[in-house]
Amino acid sequence: MANDLINLIADLKEQEALTVVRRRLDAGEDPLLILDDSRKALVIVGKRFADCEYFIPDLLYSGEIAREIAELVKPRLARAQDVKRLGKVIIGTVSGDIHDIGKNIVSFMLDVTGFEVYDIGVDQAPQSFIDKIKETGSGIVGLSGFLTFAFDSMKETVAAIKAAGLRDKVKIMIGGGQMNDDIRKYTGADAYGEDAMAGVALARKWTGAK
Amino acid sequence: MMETSVDKTSEKLDLWCSGTGIAFAGPQAEQEYGERARRLSDAIQLKTPDRVPIAPLVTFFPALYSGMTMQDVMYDPDKAYAAFKKVAVDFQWDTAMNHINTLSGNMLEALDYKQLRWPGHGVAANRTYQFVEGEYMKADEYDAFLDDPSGFMVRTYLPRICGALAPFQLLPPLTMTVPYYMGITMMMAGVAFTGTVSALESIIKAQAEFMKLAISVGTFNAELQGMGFPIMMGGASQAPFDTIGDSLRGTQGIMLDMYRQPAKLLKALDKLLPTAIQMGVSSSMTSLSPVVFIPLHKGQMGFMSPEQFKTFYWPTLHKLMLALIGEGLVPMPFFEADYTDRLDIIKDIPAGKAIYCFERTDIFKAKEVLGGRVCIKGNVPSSLMCTGTPQQVRQYCKKLIDIVGRGGGLIVDGDIGIPDEAKVENVRAMTDFVKESGVYR
Repeated sequence: MANDLINLIADLKEQEALTVVRRRLDAGEDPLLILDDSRKALVIVGKRFADCEYFIPDLLYSGEIAREIAELVKPRLARAQDVKRLGKVIIGTVSGDIHDIGKNIVSFMLDVTGFEVYDIGVDQAPQSFIDKIKETGSGIVGLSGFLTFAFDSMKETVAAIKAAGLRDKVKIMIGGGQMNDDIRKYTGADAYGEDAMAGVALARKWTGAK
Repeated sequence: MMETSVDKTSEKLDLWCSGTGIAFAGPQAEQEYGERARRLSDAIQLKTPDRVPIAPLVTFFPALYSGMTMQDVMYDPDKAYAAFKKVAVDFQWDTAMNHINTLSGNMLEALDYKQLRWPGHGVAANRTYQFVEGEYMKADEYDAFLDDPSGFMVRTYLPRICGALAPFQLLPPLTMTVPYYMGITMMMAGVAFTGTVSALESIIKAQAEFMKLAISVGTFNAELQGMGFPIMMGGASQAPFDTIGDSLRGTQGIMLDMYRQPAKLLKALDKLLPTAIQMGVSSSMTSLSPVVFIPLHKGQMGFMSPEQFKTFYWPTLHKLMLALIGEGLVPMPFFEADYTDRLDIIKDIPAGKAIYCFERTDIFKAKEVLGGRVCIKGNVPSSLMCTGTPQQVRQYCKKLIDIVGRGGGLIVDGDIGIPDEAKVENVRAMTDFVKESGVYR
């Protein structure tokens, strides 16, 4: 039965999945098991995305199904789910830029693959990244940007992190519309990720996760 | 008697090249105009021109190049005029770009427009305007839209995207003006009690600001054409999928609709197609140039599967382009991001009738697939233009000309046009290199 739910979510069968969840909740099953299935399904979705079998709409849809399941389960949840996390990642769109689609997808994939994600939002000044590094002790920072002026916003952010004495404590990755390895060099970041899975791969590498 | 088939595209392009109606500054300007327009026209029609044309799209580069802020040009059409003219004169490209895309900050303010943040209004003076995504049409409003698109636009959509037009949401259905003489009386009652008059006053203010920009752009077109620069951008339109995805449902909304309510989405796409065609035709009506710009936002690799592209995105875009071509117009879609895996789909277009602008698509692969079928525009990378050296820019342009330019069918541009923050020496290097090394022998 557990496999059913995992497959239904992974295959994006929204209504069937929700029906199974309701049935299992009514049968008095531990809600945490359902959430665990949901999480496992999203890992499969992530794999399919990495294999170019799935695309961004599939990711969004699976995330939406998982959100609906979480909402059904929440009222029956006695304690919070304690998932072991692979590491912490701060992510945000750099100063002046309000684009968030790419950032949200990377956040989602990092979360699904087991990272603790601190998404600080769009149009974030360098200081916001610095504050969050200090607050969370995260060793990874992801800078998102879509527009060409973001080249400089990213460069300024990396420089500010350095000036705050935190540069050797964090690995910095960049991503978004116009980014490539030339811009990675220009900004002084450690790596550039072509898509969400590249971001996950970098985070895994930097945390030593398998 | 020889049978002649009328090629509407050739006719329109020839008319553009002839410069009919332009008051030229002198014989040299007239000659240069003819050479430039012919160069572009040949490239479009896949003939070998005298050299590779260079016809960049610019948005706020002219402002920064002229030492102004983006806010300056958005709030003063005269400044925008001066900045765009300076770029045309200094770089001597094969086209002049007018300043319609700098928009009018005052017009947007008069309407309290919510879908953009722009320089001095939500973003800093030198940050380009950016779209504010949202579900301006909710997931359960497809029926309302499909039943009465115009009514939905006036009474639901406009109030959501323009604060000043919020009173329209209280208007009775516009069809209520019909019944007998009561109808018009009822409508006035609606107008009287809903604050509609204040909305109309905002429209009057906004249109006055729009007219300042429009007159400035019209004068610019006349002057710059008279100086020998063809205006290439004729009109504009949009792929129906992007209209729904950008303006109505938002990216996430439309992506979920592909699964949850595909039939309604497909119906709405079909419903928007005539509007998209009409927009392309009417926006280019006053222009000599038959080129219709179609910026694409949501059909790229990753943003949907090839299957979804074939089902939801391409059919109405394809029909839009074919309809424009049927009118003798030249559709110029800008394929934002990467379409490398969709080249075989998008090559289905009559030969020599369109221009495809590419950003991150493998443009060399594109030449292999599309060569002999469609003129390619692009794609000096923004990263090079903003952070690279003139030497790197020249190297890229050389490859572009050698491979994509072979035999014709290439117009050089940056990958997103000229980025606002491009280094001037790189723009200069790109321009000079194309003029010196792009000559066909």
